[in-house]
Amino acid sequence: MSELLQKSNQLLRLTTRRDRIRALIWVLSLTFITVIIPGTFNSLYSEQAERDAMAETMDNPAMVAMVGEGDLENYTIGAMTAHQMILLTAVFVGIMSILFVVRHTRTDEEEGRIELIRALPVGKLAPIHATTIYVIGVNVLLAVLVALGLWIQPIDDLTLEGSLLYGATLGGTGLCFMAIAALFSQMSESSRGAIGWSIGVLLFFYVLRAVGDIGNEFLSLTSPLGWVNRTFIYTENNWWPILLMVAFTLIVLLVTYQLNAKRDLEAGLFPSKPGKAHAPKSLLSPFGLAFRLQRTAFISWAIGMLFLGISYGSVLGDLESFFQGNEFLTEMLVQGEGYSMTEQFISIIITVMAMIAVAPAILAMNRLYGEEKKSRLELLFSKPVSRKVVMGSYLGVAFINAFVSVFLAGVGLWAAGSMVMEEPISFGAMVGASLNYLPAMLVFVGVAALLIGFKPKLTSLTWAYLVYSFIVVYMGNLFQLDDWIQQISPFGHVPQLPVDDFEWMTVVIFSLVAVVLAILGMMLYSKRDIHG
Amino acid sequence: MGNVIQIENLTKSFGDFKALDQVNFEVKEGEVFGFIGPNGAGKSTTIRVLLGILKGTEGKATIFGKDVWEDAMEIHKRIAYVPGDVNLWPNLTGGEVIDLFAKLRGDYKKADREALLERYKLDPTKKCRTYSKGNRQKVALVSALLSDADLYIFDEPTSGLDPLMENIFQEDVDRLRKEGKSVLLSSHILSEVEKLCDRVGIIREGTIIEKGSLEELRHLTRHHVIVESNETLNGLESVDGVHDVQQDQNKYTFQVDTEKMDAVIKFVSRYSIMKLESAPPTLEDLFMRHYEGAGGEGE
Repeated sequence: MSELLQKSNQLLRLTTRRDRIRALIWVLSLTFITVIIPGTFNSLYSEQAERDAMAETMDNPAMVAMVGEGDLENYTIGAMTAHQMILLTAVFVGIMSILFVVRHTRTDEEEGRIELIRALPVGKLAPIHATTIYVIGVNVLLAVLVALGLWIQPIDDLTLEGSLLYGATLGGTGLCFMAIAALFSQMSESSRGAIGWSIGVLLFFYVLRAVGDIGNEFLSLTSPLGWVNRTFIYTENNWWPILLMVAFTLIVLLVTYQLNAKRDLEAGLFPSKPGKAHAPKSLLSPFGLAFRLQRTAFISWAIGMLFLGISYGSVLGDLESFFQGNEFLTEMLVQGEGYSMTEQFISIIITVMAMIAVAPAILAMNRLYGEEKKSRLELLFSKPVSRKVVMGSYLGVAFINAFVSVFLAGVGLWAAGSMVMEEPISFGAMVGASLNYLPAMLVFVGVAALLIGFKPKLTSLTWAYLVYSFIVVYMGNLFQLDDWIQQISPFGHVPQLPVDDFEWMTVVIFSLVAVVLAILGMMLYSKRDIHG
Repeated sequence: MGNVIQIENLTKSFGDFKALDQVNFEVKEGEVFGFIGPNGAGKSTTIRVLLGILKGTEGKATIFGKDVWEDAMEIHKRIAYVPGDVNLWPNLTGGEVIDLFAKLRGDYKKADREALLERYKLDPTKKCRTYSKGNRQKVALVSALLSDADLYIFDEPTSGLDPLMENIFQEDVDRLRKEGKSVLLSSHILSEVEKLCDRVGIIREGTIIEKGSLEELRHLTRHHVIVESNETLNGLESVDGVHDVQQDQNKYTFQVDTEKMDAVIKFVSRYSIMKLESAPPTLEDLFMRHYEGAGGEGE
């Protein structure tokens, strides 16, 4: 065995050296988003009554499916933090571990770097062993920093044991997915395949746990992500899930090391399946190409927006009691006469979702410039393909992204909302209120198109404009900003349904503005040099 | 025969930098025109102007008599292009890219596609991300050769190909010439240009410094001569038109201005000669002479 592992230490140093910045950024960001939460909750929900109201809003199947089980009977700041944060954070820790493992195993192998290493007097298992030790180190560091960051806070119920368990749960989840990624790095011949399979397994475990948490406890216990919430940190402080995680990791690693020692370099166990020798009809046009290139992103955003809608919708049931007595949250509402808190909340949520839904549309539009930067347009434009048609195709893809994103967010909000509300809002009203933002969203697409046509180096201005809109519109009520500050953004003009009344004029005007911007963009794009 | 490509006083500036400065040349119908110059001399910029991707700052460039910028769409129906650095979409397969480009140009014969894939030994089911540089170039080459174009523009098409594939490509260019197609071949592999091209243009720092048929260009330069004699060739250095004499025992190597060849042969023939070799200048010599000359002037 020792011969197989020879020089692992030197390789470990190389790995650490290559990743020092990357690992630090991941660990510090994950620590940061965890340790700021208890303080935030403490100022938002300072009274136990407010926390119990929060616990009530969390007590529904949609919420349980999303964040898992929590100790709703003893909803202290600590229990609340653990309940609402730990599962999603654990998912990100899992993704981090997967990316790190594949980066240092299959990617290095694919790029021929392992071949160089293996030609030296280095043990057969040394590369994977060094990677394992390194990723364990990253997860231990994360666990320690999180535990420390939670424990030192001046909040009584953040006990030492609970904080340690919090860190250990995150780190333990990281180890599980480290082992899974190491296994798939042996199976798959490509790094993309290894990442895809590992993330697929992660999603499978997440869904398995969601189904289990709602109905069948046993299913949850078969998923490492199901173990996460069963620690009941800061109340029961169960340590057995950590033991399960460590055992799981060791078993999977054992199999992985065996496979690694037996197989040929650059070989995998999964057969690599050949791609298509012929293009499907749907690809054979500038629009088909533009859409195909962004298909995965489009589908991911669509699913993400649907889930966003569902997650907001799932809290609509108990909002009234939740908002009562919480001044900070009440101030953010529109303060419309004759409308319930819930309706006011919905109108704000829809605005926020619409602004988030602009992101995939801008990404789709800016992809056109991304293609130019990667010099992939030169060959395309050497064919009898006009610039207007190509930009028009990307405008089309951006439009579809905007429409589908805001539509699905509305659908999700309606679907989850009607499950938990006593007097549900109709499908038409909810989705209509969402689609009401589409013209304003398209203005951003138009701005992006104009910038790509005019001066593509300025494309980041589109993002700045969106961030500006987000801040002034979202926070506008809170900070009592002057109207004109909000009206610089198209979102400042759109009536917030269902509280405000629908206006045809804004729809027509913003649609026109978007079209004019897009046409200007196309004209300028046809006249400028394409740099690749 | 008319000119397929006509470039007159073409200048292209990027800000203060003049990438092309008063470029003039033409590609005649049915000829293979070699466009040579080192990296950064302006070959690719010229080609991109011809493709209507960059807009010329001054001057005029036409293909088939049409303006390369205004009538790009019309022109592109009749040309095929292979860039030097082929960038493809990593998540599409080679076969998908070939089909896409074929569709964007017009239709193609399926039999030709399979034959070309076979000829260039390209696996169309691989994702472009997994192709080497040479294989990406093959995708672009197969795509270009599939099209029934009148003008083919190749920008260093063989820089990633192995010698066998290079040969196959050269055969294909020869076939295009026999079919009466016009070809603009940019390259810095001089042997390739020498083998394939009817005429060449040499570009340096954005300016065409020499153009013409290979024959014409050779007149501008010197022949390599090797003489072996058991006598000493006294006064060889001082003969008009003789340069760079090097003596290795009884073997003399030197260069002769093409138009002074007669006088030199007459001088040499006075001695007893064991061996006389004369080689025409290679493009390499031409090239080096121009670049070294330029360097010398600059110093």
